[in-house]
Amino acid sequence: MDVTVNERNISSEVGQLIEKTLAVEQSFPDLRKEAYLTFQRLGLPANKAEEYKDTPIARTLQKNFNFQSASVKGKIDPTQFFIPLVEANVIVFINGFFSKEHSTIISPESEISILPLKEAVKGNNPLVLKHLGKYADFKSDALTAWNTAAWTDGVFLHIKKNQTVEKPVVIYYIQDGSDQEGLSINRNLIVSETNSKCTIIEKSDSVGKQNHFSNTVTEGVVNENAELNFYFIQNDSGNRYQYNLTQFYQSNYSRVNTFTFTLNGKLIRNNLQLSLDGEGIESHMFGLYLLDNDTLADNHTVVDHKKANSFSNELYKGIMDGSSKGVFNGKIYVRPNAQKTNAFQANRNILLTDKATVNTKPQLEIWADDVKCSHGCTTGQLDEEAMFYLQTRGISKETARAMVLYAFAGEILDNVAHAELKTYLDQLVSERLHKNF
Amino acid sequence: MSKDNQVLEELTSKEYEHGWTTNIETDSAPKGLNEDIIRFISAKKNEPEWLLEWRLKAYRQWTKMVEPKWPNVTYPPINYQDLIYYSAPKQKVQPKNLEDVDPELIKTFEKLGISLTEQKRLTGVAVDAVIDSVSVATTYKSTLAELGIIFCSFSEAVKEHPDLVKKYMGSVVPVNDNYFAALNSAVFTDGSFCYIPKGVRCPMELSTYFRINAANTGQFERTLIVADEGSYVSYLEGCTAPMRDENQLHAAVVEIYAMKDAQVKYSTVQNWYPGDKDGKGGIYNFVTKRGLCFGDGSKISWTQVETGSSITWKYPSCILKGDNSMGEFYSVAVTNNYQQADTGTKMIHIGKNTKSRIVSKGISAGHSQNSYRGQVKIMKRAENARNFSQCDSLLMGDKCGAHTFPYIDVENKTARIEHEATTSKIGEDQIFYCLQRGIDEESAVALIVNGYAKEVLNQLPMEFAVEAQKLLALTLEGSVG
Repeated sequence: MDVTVNERNISSEVGQLIEKTLAVEQSFPDLRKEAYLTFQRLGLPANKAEEYKDTPIARTLQKNFNFQSASVKGKIDPTQFFIPLVEANVIVFINGFFSKEHSTIISPESEISILPLKEAVKGNNPLVLKHLGKYADFKSDALTAWNTAAWTDGVFLHIKKNQTVEKPVVIYYIQDGSDQEGLSINRNLIVSETNSKCTIIEKSDSVGKQNHFSNTVTEGVVNENAELNFYFIQNDSGNRYQYNLTQFYQSNYSRVNTFTFTLNGKLIRNNLQLSLDGEGIESHMFGLYLLDNDTLADNHTVVDHKKANSFSNELYKGIMDGSSKGVFNGKIYVRPNAQKTNAFQANRNILLTDKATVNTKPQLEIWADDVKCSHGCTTGQLDEEAMFYLQTRGISKETARAMVLYAFAGEILDNVAHAELKTYLDQLVSERLHKNF
Repeated sequence: MSKDNQVLEELTSKEYEHGWTTNIETDSAPKGLNEDIIRFISAKKNEPEWLLEWRLKAYRQWTKMVEPKWPNVTYPPINYQDLIYYSAPKQKVQPKNLEDVDPELIKTFEKLGISLTEQKRLTGVAVDAVIDSVSVATTYKSTLAELGIIFCSFSEAVKEHPDLVKKYMGSVVPVNDNYFAALNSAVFTDGSFCYIPKGVRCPMELSTYFRINAANTGQFERTLIVADEGSYVSYLEGCTAPMRDENQLHAAVVEIYAMKDAQVKYSTVQNWYPGDKDGKGGIYNFVTKRGLCFGDGSKISWTQVETGSSITWKYPSCILKGDNSMGEFYSVAVTNNYQQADTGTKMIHIGKNTKSRIVSKGISAGHSQNSYRGQVKIMKRAENARNFSQCDSLLMGDKCGAHTFPYIDVENKTARIEHEATTSKIGEDQIFYCLQRGIDEESAVALIVNGYAKEVLNQLPMEFAVEAQKLLALTLEGSVG
């Protein structure tokens, strides 16, 4: 089926792309080289590779991309995609390139320093040298290796000690696919110092008919007692393919809350990995995927409890319409030393059509005995009784349906702490549900 | 705490009870595996030509396959050429009745507590005993024959009911299904065959007892159960092996074929030698078990209590093909010392209104690793499919591991799937409650573990439930971490 007469070797094509970048990019030569070699060793994941079992990424790239044209800076106006927040630091990437003219930084340097990664590298920023490439594990994932070897732009956030960053940082990844196929490889680094607090929002959008692929890696270290709220909103047009890895390394008493909202796109693979290397850590992961058409959204999460007395909680919910496919794989590791760990995980899905599918694999791997860990997972259709109840009260079927679904999604939205963002997301979700149902 | 540890040590270090060998002369094939060995086995058993061909076909497929590496277990590579693939207790003549059976063998079964001598009529269990791959005696045959039930050793079935065997063998587990199933298909030596005719409710439990006796042998038995329309049978399987330093391989295949409205209940108490407390020796239990609910309204229920084997690799599955068919899987898997278990089930929903239920209870102690791996798949045309899965793990001590790998694949919107899993240790509050009421620590743990496993043990037939409870107690009592 996937064997064509002129079989292309997509892995070696990507390898050549990486080589091209390596010839241009001067920063981190050793790291890039090592990552490139790793990529060559691993190759893009084969069709039956366990981690990419339900997301045939190599085949998809092969089918939809020729990787011939060099990326160009787009010329669209990104403001149309902005979240109507009163005040925020804004970073914009268009087609993977940092756009200075659209970015604004309003938080004082004493709270947070926000630098394009390239600039930070040029200035030999010691934190970048110390942390970059240390957390995002590229040894076992070819796509992360690709990113590590060939990233071209990104942002470096340094949240200062004992500071609460009042204004959120919003990073927009905008793809302009109106003229030609696109490829963007971005890399971000976040360093949260002790007792700091910050909210970061990433949002990806796109326009145009051409396909584009983005490979974005965000890695970060969250130091003692720091709090990081991380939102990712994915609302792309139907020809955006993306791979995202978000990996945080957490120290004692740190708190990380992540939210992943997937509303549109063609193929979305999100890897979210939290490494809990300390005591008293609290991590929450929330996800909501509302899929239709032939969207494929694949969320792979890993929570690695390495030390005792930490808490993690995960809730991912999805509604699949059209011929969409939802994939969820949640891993919880509890290492031998991580006694008194509490780890919870839940995944709930609603299938709306006969063509929609869902594949879920909640996974617990536990080597410590004094723990409380659980996972739950359900898949079903709309609650008939709830629908009936609403209809008996004179509510039309369509509205009843939207209400039930909205309530289902509400459990995730309720946890969004940032008020303005919550209003915006709430609007986005309800519009989406009304539009389609 | 130190007292706990002491109790834990005492109980978990209990030696394997069934670790004796029987001095029976055996008739074995030379070590190794090739087409000649397969011809040798086939000739030894006076098999018809078609079966030899079937074996050779399986062998050729096997040579092209690779050993699966995905289970969450580690073991040194198996040298398949270093095994003896055929070992039979030597007998001069075919036994016509029990008096003719070698008295040593009878003693063996008495030690095992199996009612081969039909004196213990009360137990009312018909037994087919398989020692080192060859079926040695089947009891209650005549009573069963009156009802038209065929219950005999596999080799006998090949001779007397070739049509049935030919038709159903490999229909549920094809020869090339997986590495170990292919190996089994090539070299299987005996096993049990059971056919329940239309509308017959089997009046007693049917039972097979397996034992590996000779050294260096692999046991490869094959069980085939065919339940015709509207019939019912409850089938039991038990296993033991002597203590040996080297690892032995057990790769069995069990196939169940259930027609319209038939019900099959298959219970296993697996107590192969688990190796000593340092993880030396023990059986590698690589078993393929699968049931096909072929007809509408059929039902297959697997119950297993897994306490033995150094490595268990086993996924009793149900293919729910008929409409309104039902699959069940109840499991208690206990691992201690250096045992490793990767076990679970597959429920493949194909027909409409199919239901499945999975209850898996894992208990790990010592340095053991216990994994649940299961799949629930709802195919496109499986309207209104329903599944409920629950897999709980109990950890005793801080050196063991419990892992859960459930795969849930849904392609139909009317499906309702629920999956729950928890991992925890025995609550201190539960122990405290018992202590407060004058129940000592050891009994308290036994009480709690038994309560934890009750949901599964309740599914076992009476005789087995008693044995299973004893086994549980043996391996685990007192293991408060």
